[in-house]
Amino acid sequence: MSRKFMKGNDAIVVGALQAGCRAYYGYPITPASEIAHAASLHFPALGGTFIQAESEVAAINMVYGTAGMGIRTMTASSSPGFSLKQEGLSYIAGAELPCVVVNVSRGGPGLGNIAPEQADYFQVTKGGGHGNYRLIALAPNCAQEMCDLTVLAFDLADTYRNPVCILADGFTGQMMEPVTVPVARPVPFDHTSWCVRGDAATHRNLISSIYLESEDLERHNLKLDEKYRRIARDEVRFEEYQVEDADLIVVAFGIVSRIVYSTVDQARAQGLKVGLLRPITLWPFPSARLAELAARDVRFLSAELSTGQMVEDVRLAVEGRAPVHFYGRCGGMVPGSEELLAEYGKILEGGRS
Amino acid sequence: MNDSVQATAPFIEIDAELCKGCKLCIGVCPKGVIDISEKLNGSSYHPAYYLGRDCTGCALCFYACPEPAAIKVVKP
Amino acid sequence: MKITEKPVAFYPEFVRKSGPHKETTHYCPGCGHGNIHKMIAEAMVDLGINERTVFISPVGCSVFGYYYFDCGHMQAAHGRAPAVATGIKRANPEAIVISYQGDGDLAAIGTAETLHAANRGENITVFFVNNAIYGMTGGQMAPTTMIGQKTATTPRGRIESVHGNPIRVAEIIATLPAATYVERVAIGDSKHIMKARKAIRKALTNQVENRGYSFVEILSTCPTGWKMDGPDARDWLVEEMTKVFPLGVFKDESDHREGAWHRQVEPFDPAKRDAYLGAGEAEAKAEKLPLPAELHCKFAGFGGQGILTLGLFLAQVGMRAGLHASWIPSYGPEMRGGTANCSVNLSERRIGSPLVDKPNLLVVMNQPSLEAFAGDVVQGGTIIVDTSIVEKCPEYPGRRVVRIPATGIADEVGTPKVANVVLLGAICAATGAFPQAFVEQSLRETVKKKDLVDLNLAALRRGYEHVGDAG
Repeated sequence: MSRKFMKGNDAIVVGALQAGCRAYYGYPITPASEIAHAASLHFPALGGTFIQAESEVAAINMVYGTAGMGIRTMTASSSPGFSLKQEGLSYIAGAELPCVVVNVSRGGPGLGNIAPEQADYFQVTKGGGHGNYRLIALAPNCAQEMCDLTVLAFDLADTYRNPVCILADGFTGQMMEPVTVPVARPVPFDHTSWCVRGDAATHRNLISSIYLESEDLERHNLKLDEKYRRIARDEVRFEEYQVEDADLIVVAFGIVSRIVYSTVDQARAQGLKVGLLRPITLWPFPSARLAELAARDVRFLSAELSTGQMVEDVRLAVEGRAPVHFYGRCGGMVPGSEELLAEYGKILEGGRS
Repeated sequence: MNDSVQATAPFIEIDAELCKGCKLCIGVCPKGVIDISEKLNGSSYHPAYYLGRDCTGCALCFYACPEPAAIKVVKP
Repeated sequence: MKITEKPVAFYPEFVRKSGPHKETTHYCPGCGHGNIHKMIAEAMVDLGINERTVFISPVGCSVFGYYYFDCGHMQAAHGRAPAVATGIKRANPEAIVISYQGDGDLAAIGTAETLHAANRGENITVFFVNNAIYGMTGGQMAPTTMIGQKTATTPRGRIESVHGNPIRVAEIIATLPAATYVERVAIGDSKHIMKARKAIRKALTNQVENRGYSFVEILSTCPTGWKMDGPDARDWLVEEMTKVFPLGVFKDESDHREGAWHRQVEPFDPAKRDAYLGAGEAEAKAEKLPLPAELHCKFAGFGGQGILTLGLFLAQVGMRAGLHASWIPSYGPEMRGGTANCSVNLSERRIGSPLVDKPNLLVVMNQPSLEAFAGDVVQGGTIIVDTSIVEKCPEYPGRRVVRIPATGIADEVGTPKVANVVLLGAICAATGAFPQAFVEQSLRETVKKKDLVDLNLAALRRGYEHVGDAG
């Protein structure tokens, strides 16, 4: 039976396997460890590689090595571990290597706790490491998407030769839901022109992010920038629910989008015209759609498990044409439907006065 | 270049333009048949040169030389 | 006739090198890197491996290794070359992987990667160029800088009590069982150089023959950093460095390990993966069963009572019935009063929040859970209580309370372990969620140990009966 009840973290591994990922390198950390558990079971069973690395730093550099061969590879971690991967991600982006990195984020800063937060938004969407680069960032909100967006992540990584991040949270990682296992398809990319496989066909290639001459490095940066613009133009993904006539559009991703989804109908039953816009790609951000929606008489609310990160992108998108509000919980606290409904009421009442 | 050397005797060729004048070849040559030139090369180094006789073709100078192509050893 | 000249594993011209001189290296006069490069290139030619070699350039003066060797190249972050090497070798065991690293790269910032690649016995070759100083960044102290040696960051000389001692990496690596071959050589006098040449060749041969991890530490010179000319630097290497870093073979298991460290990998086979994961298999044609009402459930009890599994059972039954279903365990601050709990949603519509803060069905298997969650149950909701465990169960106005001595019943059936299955029966009977036959079939498919199926079915039926009798 191809429909199975599974954890979001397990669904990521299923998606990776079916996308043709052949090597997993990682370091255990709650609440992402199930990904390593599943990978250690399944990758070797299918002739792939699993290594529990000595550190997050080593893991991302093992990814660099395999990705440099044009072979699909990944690592997964949670917030503190994801911070350690930033060096490697900068090199991977600089050398234009395709790979998938998963951040099942938890509470911070520092050691924080193991409860879910979305406070890695800045780190994931604005680069995270040094230099001019971007991660494509996907935000699943259910187990099926943990699987499907992982497949998409590998395709995007190969298409753009860029690292792709799955930014999940502790809830989407731990939650179990039915998942239809996608059918595996051959990987439709030939990287012979740039990769280094240790064979005659690729032995003249070089994987590097060093450009000693200023002119060369500027040219490289402009080339990357052009790529990021293409991605921003072509790869925006989002989902809407009841936004067409909404007086208040709530912008939320991941677990919060699930909670907000539940409240939309409840709000409407109370006479509050609320809608949901859920970014599926956090970078590129659905700025154009937000700008379009902002052209009419509407308010926005960014609801997050943080003290206010994505709200900055909402404001940038809206460019002052509509009021942008923020509601956040953090440390593992999650907004309940009643407190969100109360917040909607407050905002819309304020709008009328 | 080595017209005076008979084809039957071992010899070395030092490319003066590729030599950085570090003198390591001189120190390892068991026969003492390499010396440093008074002249500067295009990179402002005093290059080593072969005195033109008594080379045994041992190639120690080749391995002591850090430059890939500065020294060539021929042993007929 | 024998001609000894630039090995053909070097590019004819170093076109990647910036500046006008495309035939010389970027290294300073007298620098040891050039010698070592030459011997590596020569070995690559002799072993016929340059096309299958991936050379990893580190950070340090040899960062530009890719200028020179006619092979595949990856440039790695500072200290990470052994990890990158691992990622290459494990993905393609046929590649010959060279990790070429200086003392800062290998023995300071990359110590962890170095030790662990060796400890895993990666079938790679590591060349450790130890020149006791940081060359590229301008002559600072290295982990291998000698006591008393003056550098840009030890202007008074390296002092043991301040900076620690020069670290002997070869000796450390030699303690690791998985390492195959560990030798320290030098490029001092001619004898040293010829020994180094042999060691380099052996370290690469080992990899070609899959004999495992080889590590060659090469004492080298940095005339610029040491502020010496070429010959003086070689003399200092021979006279001073070899006292602190003795030359020799520290470990050699090469003879016993031919072929032993070849790690096979398979290409991606979509059909194999589909079969393994059951992708594309037809779904059992279960009719979509209607749900009398959406269920937003909380299950709570002590850990070990099977309360989380009960929630999972119910969610899986829902999935089999073609419903949307979610299960999420208590997580973070949601945990209350030392209880294990989980939230389950079943709906004919897409499920929003998987978290249940206002359940319409609460199932509790201990007193603290009842007290913690009963107040959250919505008006018209149902509370199912295992009265074998919960002693005090008051009335909750507006909620239906179903009392069932589930653990006691389970014990009668055979074992208290199936108390949760008794409760499953009670839930289905109390909510009218699923026909009994359907739940029984689901249980038959879910229970893995076939000899336990009857026990579980008996428990389920008793749960149904109890509620039916009461209701």
